[in-house]
Amino acid sequence: MKRTHTGTALAAGLTLLAQSATAEGNLNVYNFGLYTPPDLLEKFSKEYDVEVTLTDFVANEEAIARIQAGGHGMDVIIVSGYFIPAYVDQGLLMESNPAGMENFHNIADQWKSIPTDPERKYTVPWVWGTTGVMVNRKVYDGDINTAAIFLDPPEELKGGINIVPSMNDMIDMTLSYIGAEPCTTDRESLSKARDLLLSAKENWASVDYPSFEKFINEDLSASVFWSGAAARVRGLNDGFAYGWPKDGYMKWMDNLAILADAANVENAKLFQNFVMEPENAAMISNYTMYNNAITGSEAFMDPALISAPELEVPEDLQGAAIEQTLCAPEAQDLYTRIWTELTR
Amino acid sequence: MPRNPTAAASESAVARAETRRRWSLALPALTVITLCSILPLGVMVAYSFMEAGQYGNVQWGFSLEGWRAVFLDRDFFDDSYIPATAHLTILARSILLALATTALTFVFGIPTAWFIATRPPATRAYWMFLITVPFWTNLLVRTIAIQEVIRADGTLNRLLLATGLIDEPLQMMFTNGAVLVGMTYVYLPLMVLPVYAAIEKFDFRLAEAAYDLHASRLYCLRRVVLPLMWPGIVAGSILVFIPALGAYVTPRLMGGGRAMMWGNLIDLQFGQGRNWPLGAALSITLTLVVVGAMVWYARRAAKGDATNG
Repeated sequence: MKRTHTGTALAAGLTLLAQSATAEGNLNVYNFGLYTPPDLLEKFSKEYDVEVTLTDFVANEEAIARIQAGGHGMDVIIVSGYFIPAYVDQGLLMESNPAGMENFHNIADQWKSIPTDPERKYTVPWVWGTTGVMVNRKVYDGDINTAAIFLDPPEELKGGINIVPSMNDMIDMTLSYIGAEPCTTDRESLSKARDLLLSAKENWASVDYPSFEKFINEDLSASVFWSGAAARVRGLNDGFAYGWPKDGYMKWMDNLAILADAANVENAKLFQNFVMEPENAAMISNYTMYNNAITGSEAFMDPALISAPELEVPEDLQGAAIEQTLCAPEAQDLYTRIWTELTR
Repeated sequence: MPRNPTAAASESAVARAETRRRWSLALPALTVITLCSILPLGVMVAYSFMEAGQYGNVQWGFSLEGWRAVFLDRDFFDDSYIPATAHLTILARSILLALATTALTFVFGIPTAWFIATRPPATRAYWMFLITVPFWTNLLVRTIAIQEVIRADGTLNRLLLATGLIDEPLQMMFTNGAVLVGMTYVYLPLMVLPVYAAIEKFDFRLAEAAYDLHASRLYCLRRVVLPLMWPGIVAGSILVFIPALGAYVTPRLMGGGRAMMWGNLIDLQFGQGRNWPLGAALSITLTLVVVGAMVWYARRAAKGDATNG
């Protein structure tokens, strides 16, 4: 009896081994958590007979530390647009030249070039979105297209506001609110931003990446939030609406790149080309609830997502977008000092 | 029999062989200590004296900037040096929180341990099981479970509302009290286990003897029970205090992240702040604080033993 068990287990093990041996190879994907649709990987795996492994990270800073250390075993990585120079300057990305790939023509014109990869030598679009404010309309029904929601909040919202601990976004938006440039080293503007944040802090409930339950249960009535996440919250509690501060909101794109020391370069290139296919880009949007940059993907997207107001920046607010940028060390040092003071 | 030179030589050869044998036996332990403790600490010390890289990490080159920033801030306008009061506030908060957590786990842990240790031996295992089961669960899960109890629409508020004790939900989340509740819950087993071990070994005939000699209950507790439990209490306090000092997840989740702990400050420097030397220097500062406290305690305990003995 026992023997048969062992035999079965052995046979099963051998079958597994045989399967992985017949696969065309591997692809190791390194991405933010909950950012990679499982069905997308499955489809790629089937189409090219590649075994795909997914590893999660939380922040760009965490990811680059692991890549710098070497021996990471990753082939492709998602990099936020503003963070691309950190990788490129240290020679961590491969010049895979996506501009020459078959599906490149699918990219919408406005995304064929981004400031940090103008010729698309390294990256292809994953998704893009905005960071604005989300407010429970049952609590406050005034103007929500303003950063005053968290910097100079109306009476109704005080004590129920969350801001996210994304230091750069928060300080960029505050600087923009007072009419200064993000990443500035002008001490006058920075100290003004700091004082504004310090006085606003009294009205905040938390500085956190809040779980959706906090909005569903209405523990929080407003938060700095991301467009796609806001669409998801609205689906669970229709009291919430998303706004783009006219004084400046963040606009960002996350991109797929191949690492300079990738072991499976061919599969990685196939994957870059694969995600520029409209049907596949739609899968990413349907899962993450963020916009993709691929024309023709609408045909494959969830109707609810296409009509989601959060994903459509109103015409008159499009000019207020702040491009996420990586500040120079001096500005970064001042940002960190403000942040330490703020959360001391 | 007179010692002859050959015998002495062979004797010292035996002694040398013995020393070699001892060293080789100690080698695995020494290797583990070197690899897991001294080496990483050495890396941290080295990093704290290097220059910050532009995109995080460190650059080769000696610099005292990391250590300077631990103690001295710069004026926002003229860059003149001023004491880093923000760091002091954060360190003081971390120490106070760790002390309060230790005190609370003491208050709740001692009666719990006493209760379990005085059950019949057969049922003790079940009580211990109840204490240790949450301890096997992931820290994050436990913290979120506590959140569920005390949030605005949580179990506790619903209970209080239903019984008519309150009319409006109490705001308990995101307060210092919430952090303390969370920390106490998370670290309680670390206090209960060593104290339980000490009480379990306690010979209750000693208490009886004290009563026979007309000791009051309080006197018996103070002079007989407590001194015998003391090693367990000390071990428990150290086990709670040290991780509580570096606690990071629980204060962030329960306190809402509006006020940093030392652990969050270190995280900020290694992450978004991209200032690894400062992060390393802050980590070593925390280690030094803990080691300092331990040395102070060990000295005091040694002195106490000397005067008692």
